[in-house]
Amino acid sequence: MNSLRTCPVNSSRALQFATWALSASAPLQAQAKSKKTLSKPGVRNVVLVEGVRTPFLQAGTTYADLMAHDLARGALQGLLNRTAFPKEAVDYIVYGTVIQEVKTSNVAREAALGAGFSDKTPAHTVTMACISSNQAMTTAVGLVASGQCDAVVAGGVEFMSDVPIRHSRKMRKMMLSLNRARTLGARLSLLGSLRLSHLVPELPAVSEFSTAEMMGHSADRLAAAFGISRLDQDEFALRSHVLAKKAQDEGLLTDIVDFKVPGKDIVSKDNGIRPSTMEQMSKLKPAFIKPHGTVTAANSSYLTDGASAVLIMSEEKALAMGYKPKAYLSDSFSDFLFHGKLTKMRCVSFSPTYAIPKVLERSGLTLADIDAFEFHEAFAGQVLANLTAMESDWFAQNCMGRKAKVGAPPMEKFNLWGGSLSLGHPFAATGCRLVTMVAHRLKKEGGQYGLVAACAAGGQGHAMLVEACPQ
Amino acid sequence: MALMTRRGAGSAGGGPRSRSQRVHARALASRVCASGARTAMASARVRAAGALARSAFSRYGHFSANGRRSLSASAALLARTHVNYEVKDNVAVIRINDPTSKVNTLTRQLQDDMMEVLNEVWGNSAVKSAVIISTKPGCFIAGANIDMIKVCKSAEEVSKLSKEGQMMFEKIEKSPIPFVAAVNGTCMGGGLEFAIACHYRVATKSKKTVMALPEVMLGLLPGAGGTQRMPKMLGLPTAFDVMLTGRSIRADKAKKMGLVHHVIDPLGPGVKDPEERLIEYLEEVAVGVAKGLAKKTVTVEKKKGLMQKVQDAVLGIPLVRNQVYKTVTQKVMKQTKGLYPAPLSIIEAVQAGVEKGPAEGYHVEAVNFGKLAMTPESRALIGLYQGQVACKKNNFGKPEREVKSLAVLGAGLMGAGIAQVTVDKGVATILKDTTTEGLARGHDQVYKGLNDKAKKKSITTFERDMTLSFLKGQLDYSGFEKVDMVIEAVFEDLSIKHKVLKEVEAVIPPHCIFASNTSALPIREIAAASKRPEKVIGMHYFSPVDKMQLLEIITTDKTSKDTTASAVAVGLKQGKVIIVVGDGPGFYTTRCLAPTLVEGIRILQEGVGPKKLDSLTTGFGFPVGVSTLIDEVGVDVAAHVAEDLGKAFGSRFGGGNVDVLKTMIQKGFKGRKSGKGCYVYSAKKKDKQVNSGTEEILKAFKLTAPPAVSGDEDVQYRLVSRFVNEAALCLQEGILADPVQGDIGAVFGLGFPPCLGGPFRFLDSFGADKLVQKMKRYEDAYGNQFTPCQLLLDYAKDPSKKFHK
Repeated sequence: MNSLRTCPVNSSRALQFATWALSASAPLQAQAKSKKTLSKPGVRNVVLVEGVRTPFLQAGTTYADLMAHDLARGALQGLLNRTAFPKEAVDYIVYGTVIQEVKTSNVAREAALGAGFSDKTPAHTVTMACISSNQAMTTAVGLVASGQCDAVVAGGVEFMSDVPIRHSRKMRKMMLSLNRARTLGARLSLLGSLRLSHLVPELPAVSEFSTAEMMGHSADRLAAAFGISRLDQDEFALRSHVLAKKAQDEGLLTDIVDFKVPGKDIVSKDNGIRPSTMEQMSKLKPAFIKPHGTVTAANSSYLTDGASAVLIMSEEKALAMGYKPKAYLSDSFSDFLFHGKLTKMRCVSFSPTYAIPKVLERSGLTLADIDAFEFHEAFAGQVLANLTAMESDWFAQNCMGRKAKVGAPPMEKFNLWGGSLSLGHPFAATGCRLVTMVAHRLKKEGGQYGLVAACAAGGQGHAMLVEACPQ
Repeated sequence: MALMTRRGAGSAGGGPRSRSQRVHARALASRVCASGARTAMASARVRAAGALARSAFSRYGHFSANGRRSLSASAALLARTHVNYEVKDNVAVIRINDPTSKVNTLTRQLQDDMMEVLNEVWGNSAVKSAVIISTKPGCFIAGANIDMIKVCKSAEEVSKLSKEGQMMFEKIEKSPIPFVAAVNGTCMGGGLEFAIACHYRVATKSKKTVMALPEVMLGLLPGAGGTQRMPKMLGLPTAFDVMLTGRSIRADKAKKMGLVHHVIDPLGPGVKDPEERLIEYLEEVAVGVAKGLAKKTVTVEKKKGLMQKVQDAVLGIPLVRNQVYKTVTQKVMKQTKGLYPAPLSIIEAVQAGVEKGPAEGYHVEAVNFGKLAMTPESRALIGLYQGQVACKKNNFGKPEREVKSLAVLGAGLMGAGIAQVTVDKGVATILKDTTTEGLARGHDQVYKGLNDKAKKKSITTFERDMTLSFLKGQLDYSGFEKVDMVIEAVFEDLSIKHKVLKEVEAVIPPHCIFASNTSALPIREIAAASKRPEKVIGMHYFSPVDKMQLLEIITTDKTSKDTTASAVAVGLKQGKVIIVVGDGPGFYTTRCLAPTLVEGIRILQEGVGPKKLDSLTTGFGFPVGVSTLIDEVGVDVAAHVAEDLGKAFGSRFGGGNVDVLKTMIQKGFKGRKSGKGCYVYSAKKKDKQVNSGTEEILKAFKLTAPPAVSGDEDVQYRLVSRFVNEAALCLQEGILADPVQGDIGAVFGLGFPPCLGGPFRFLDSFGADKLVQKMKRYEDAYGNQFTPCQLLLDYAKDPSKKFHK
């Protein structure tokens, strides 16, 4: 890994790819849209006022000694600082997390209180694997659209530097019985039943419960099923890193708020962006399916610590309070794709492929109307498989029950500021990062519609349409 | 009926008892050595075409490239339809696909095409390594073609086939370039022998990828080098286990055993058919391996674990090996009672190869293969296999409506068992009982059945839970208005059956089928209470339902064809082997069983002890002795059946005194379920003791044995002749449509000795005249219970008449 990080930035091939992509995007914006706006009569407009995140750091680096709610607090406080929003005006807080710290199982509440939010503001935690904060936002949008709330904070946190490693079930059972044992004799006899096997710890599952398959394994199979080569995957990963580096250097990643780690420096930059060369990347061995697999450490997203938060409001309230909203969050759709057959299904699946046509159809847009795409990049192979699936009539007809393909997004509009492969992927924090980034890109590129899509373990996916607010 | 009636066609070596007992059923259960689908016409054509090419090859062997190419070029145009190849990056990719069949088998044509391709590949200096792959979905090579063996008239002819196979595979093994077998789907018998002749094996983890050497189940041995290569590859104990049980090995298990080098996971849908893409992917991976082998970056040798090394060292000692042969032979003899020659031949061939060198080994293998093919046991087992394939088809057409939801009445042993095999295939099932206790017990039974599978890792706990979600237990008839079929498994009492039939008919939709799981009550009597007798049918399951393969479907003259088609479709979905029989007391299976049991009781009354009776019957090839069978079935059930059928058929069903059973019931000796029957059962003791209470009862009912017909052999034939005579009567009366179903029903449902192939196969091989002679003697001693039926007499009169062609 080290060699990858230290090698020079200027992979000419990827840069070419990137610059070509950027320059090509300009003329497309003039195109007429099939719809002027997505706002619907009689429905409150829901807006994204602001979105922030802590820097995303590789697990085990500077954040190593913190806890999940510390990072969450950082993102929430950062949001308040940046917006100067009155704390008591927040009606609700929804926060996502995947690997739970058992001490703070409702991390939303702990972090909100710690960040100085009003104790009268209710807070709940959601979990939906890698689309947890997408679900938090969807919940927030619902609360605002239905008129229950005017201002909701949504977000997500993931802390991979520490994960709950448990005692074995046998040991737990014994410890619980010990609690209940009344007499010394009863306790001693329980302790006497202690065996060496009791002490074997239980690690958090790396594989999905229902399929017993690891994500990386699944992604490798997915890539193989769609015939995505190692070269394609490495190129795509390199593109992600190169574009992220460029965005970082140009100061486009303005959603980042500084985070002060107690006893250490102030962190203000993501630390996983590491453009390499194709040669370096091609040297890596497959990480999951050995020896013929194609998914490697370099073309997968890495374990990341980080938190994000967004402020979602009704448009009228936001304007009344003097805010300039960034974007309308118009429609989102979480699709559940779980193949009912008793076969191993795709954990990191093509759920975006399924979710995207649904949100487009519901809003009356076509793929050509979209100016900016932000897809979650769990694995390069998985993204490319999704793009291939979207371009395939066979897949549309045989797997989705559609007449024809949806079509894939053009690369010149796709993840232009890097993605989860390069910026990092703190599971539950990625959704808000995607939405904020697409809003920022629409503003910077002058586009109108953005599309966010993400996949998650359990064969679920999420897609959301974002419309830029008039400047 | 509780009949636990399975036993290995010959199994030994390493495997635990339970496994070997299951062997036979599994043997016949599935995918063995050939396809039944191929027509004789096609084989004939193929043979003719192959003969031409063959004469050319056997003469020229693999010769210089140029010569060969000019020779084969014209032949290829004419005949090469089963095998082709292309060269990719110095790797020859040899693809197999038999266009005349759904599966690939080692037919003449395939072998000839293969030799031709191999010679071209060897002649091409640009080719550095080769991959053998099948482009047939779900099938690598399913084995040798049974028809090829069946047409042979002598052992020498069959041996020749074996030698040809041996030679082809030996050429591959000794090939100057490395061969990679890329296996997806069935890889059995000759197919596996082909694969292990290659230097490296890659297999997909697809559910269809199954490896096995099932020849033993057909009374044969792996005759194309299998007995020689397996011990080298897996070590003696494992090799014996694989060859003597014929068990199926999945890819990951094969990897662990060292049978394959590398496994790949199946892929999901992509931009084309997943199976097609999987084969492509397999080819990509295999080509990668082949390139590696050519460049020597991949090695064929596997790392051996410590245990393996120790085992190898120990087995290096000739004395130890001798002990292994001895132990395995003893095990085989114990389990087969010496009735199955194949396992012993396998041991002989292995021993010859290991002790005396390959030349002798291959020779013994080929000679034994030829000998075995001519044995009646092999013919019987092959007949059973083919009969079983025939009984896995729906001959009544496609039902108008597919049964998508089903209700089972009664959550007892049978009801819950039926529910289990139904939910197992994803069919929504209502399990209805009258009490919560009964329901809870039934639910537990289904759960336990599925959980046992999960424990054995054949399904995951998640799949278990998902399967269980198809089951709905309830006490009322809610939801019955939507079910497509109701199977009742309530108590065997006509008035109760009538009551539930009326209750059910009040709530079910018009198209819904009512099936009765009864072992003896005539369906027409049950249907008499029905408003719509065309929708009433009998479905006789065997206990334990999830293990026993047979389903006996009973139709009355009023049952509609569509109802039958639906019942067969449901049975097939449940994984059953199905016989469809006419209505009558006891139908077919119970009717054959009843006189056998009654005769068994008479033999007991005559002073032959339960243990002796058991050993006489198992010695004849029955997997379960008659005394044990009575206990397993349940003394009460046996009494019920004997009495009912006795009433229906009169003195012909007489023999032993039913009062023996009744007294046993009075004393609480109801068989295994009550802990006492002919034997005393306890959870702790494995070795069961004869129940002294039953012995006393037998003494009280003692009969004098007529010495002329009471020798051991006569006792055996008394039991068997009554069974066979009743089976023949069923055919004569039209209860049975054909002898094939009769054989399948008797073997799979009642445990008729598989080595005899069923009552009709037995008549063919033993001779109806000989049996009639014996029966006449017994008739003199006992009267009309042994009167041979007209059909038997007809066949006895004309020895050229055979039930099986």
